[in-house]
Amino acid sequence: MANIEVDGKSYETDEEGYLINLTDWNSDVANYIAKTENIDMSEQHWEVINFLREYFEEYQIAPAVRVLTKAIGKKLGPEKGTSEYLYGLFPYGPGKQACKIAGLPKPTGCV
Amino acid sequence: MSDITAPAYRVIPIIPALKPGAMEGKGPFVANEKINEAIGFPGKLVDDWHDKAIAKMGELLSKYRSFKVYMDACVHCGACTDKCHYFIGTQDPKNMPVARQDLVRSVYRRYFTLPGKLFPKLVGARDLTREVLDEWYNYFNQCSECRRCSVFCPYGIDTAEVTMAAREILDSIGYGQKYSNEIIGKVHKIGNNLGLPGPALLDTLEGLEEDVKEDTGIDVKFPIDVKGAEVLLITPSADFFAEPHIDSLIGYAKVFHATGTSWTLSTMASEAGNFGMFIGNYEQLRKIALRIREAALELGVKRIVVGECGHAWRVAYSFWNTLSGVGDGASEVDRFAQMLQKQLDHRYKQPTHICEFTWDAIERGALTFDKSKNDKHIITFHDSCNVARGSRMGDYAGGQFEIPRNIIKTVANNFVEMSPETTRERTFCCGGGGGLLTDDLLEIRVKGALPRMEALNQVKEEHGVNFMATICAICKAQFTKVLPIYGFDRRVVGGVHQLVSNAIILGDKK
Repeated sequence: MANIEVDGKSYETDEEGYLINLTDWNSDVANYIAKTENIDMSEQHWEVINFLREYFEEYQIAPAVRVLTKAIGKKLGPEKGTSEYLYGLFPYGPGKQACKIAGLPKPTGCV
Repeated sequence: MSDITAPAYRVIPIIPALKPGAMEGKGPFVANEKINEAIGFPGKLVDDWHDKAIAKMGELLSKYRSFKVYMDACVHCGACTDKCHYFIGTQDPKNMPVARQDLVRSVYRRYFTLPGKLFPKLVGARDLTREVLDEWYNYFNQCSECRRCSVFCPYGIDTAEVTMAAREILDSIGYGQKYSNEIIGKVHKIGNNLGLPGPALLDTLEGLEEDVKEDTGIDVKFPIDVKGAEVLLITPSADFFAEPHIDSLIGYAKVFHATGTSWTLSTMASEAGNFGMFIGNYEQLRKIALRIREAALELGVKRIVVGECGHAWRVAYSFWNTLSGVGDGASEVDRFAQMLQKQLDHRYKQPTHICEFTWDAIERGALTFDKSKNDKHIITFHDSCNVARGSRMGDYAGGQFEIPRNIIKTVANNFVEMSPETTRERTFCCGGGGGLLTDDLLEIRVKGALPRMEALNQVKEEHGVNFMATICAICKAQFTKVLPIYGFDRRVVGGVHQLVSNAIILGDKK
């Protein structure tokens, strides 16, 4: 277990920097985590993060990569509905890196 | 993590120079109390860990005759030393299979042999100290239980069993690994390693039906929890979630569609993987296997087919019979195993691998392909360790090597073999098997991939290979991550049924 400090407030994370309490998340925390991942949050990043959070709220898990690309493609245009686009935004893999910034639990298993 | 780089390819693949201590460290993240207690293990390292660990070792020695033989039989001939991908990639002498085993063997000698009790120094016997325990935790999480070294051992010592025993002792005293134990908790609680709840699974499958319809114009179904279906498909949950895994799932569905097979997935048993094997714990192994029996009985299926998952196929092929009654051999007093035996249709192999299912359909002439659809690929095949060395397919020796290759050659025009030193029973692990597929072990994963990357690079240079097919979810995830570090595109790896999916011609059989 570890803690991160954002604007004088302390948030509990696991060893890899994923938030323990999902309700702790806010946009400042997201920006902070993104910085530790060397990601400069742009509007395009936020579009993905917001979708992840909406999906999680409904299904209690992050979407499959294919579900994510399709949803982003539908919402933002087919040129963005590709895994290349998502890897461009989140080089360590849209699944894990974007989940971390979105304050969602890490997908486990053979992924 | 971004500073992890690929080791250089060896000019001639000789035994590398030793780098003692190269992979010393604390090992992967240790499972916390919540994770451990959820699956019945002590939450954290118990106070009397020394006595408990020795007692557990004694228990395993009496329970598993094989473990005792492996402790006694090694003559340190050295045949295994350079056969391990982790040793080749890290050059750490403690990753020589013989040396890794000796971390446990030295303790065995001290507590369970007369010379070791009397003259420990003379026979290389060691007390189980905290340092030794930490060394176990570190180095037994640098073995993927792939059993390549065992192929070369003149005594047939199964190194994987030694690793499993060490991990089981560690778990029994509350010193287990986070990645594996967290996943085992999820499979019990939610039904799969990913923690994918039923509604999310349904949503994903509906999306796939739409996608395939859009691509092909045909209504290929992805049924789930359908009572009375003929086939229950048990596949790794990564097939529902990750790339490129999901493309093989589409391939299985197309094969079932084209052969007119009634089939179903199960939310309860939405996972083929069984990490109980990785941690060497029989109770977990069995409990995870029993979910599949429960789903099969509830749905009334006649056949059980297993998707592209390496260790799952080893568990299914080698252990499901006695664990759960899928296949002959369950205890006669195990009522539910006997019930399942009566229910399953024994004209078919139980369980059946999806490659066996597809190859059988091909041989019957039930499937047609447009091979040119795979012409952009020059394909090679990576044998997954647990399929290659822990199972079989078909009804002849080596079927597990031939059947996937036969399928590839049926659905594609360009197929090239990698060096025979690195395929079939001598295949190298992808580097992420056995419970090592976690970000906190990325360094060992990258280094352990070296021998496979060398062989792949060779066929890339000589034949332009741009696609490496495999039939294991771990291999697919591991290569997706490490290929770019070795300068390849991550999409070079994919499934055998991904290729099937590309080429299959679907006639609407409605």
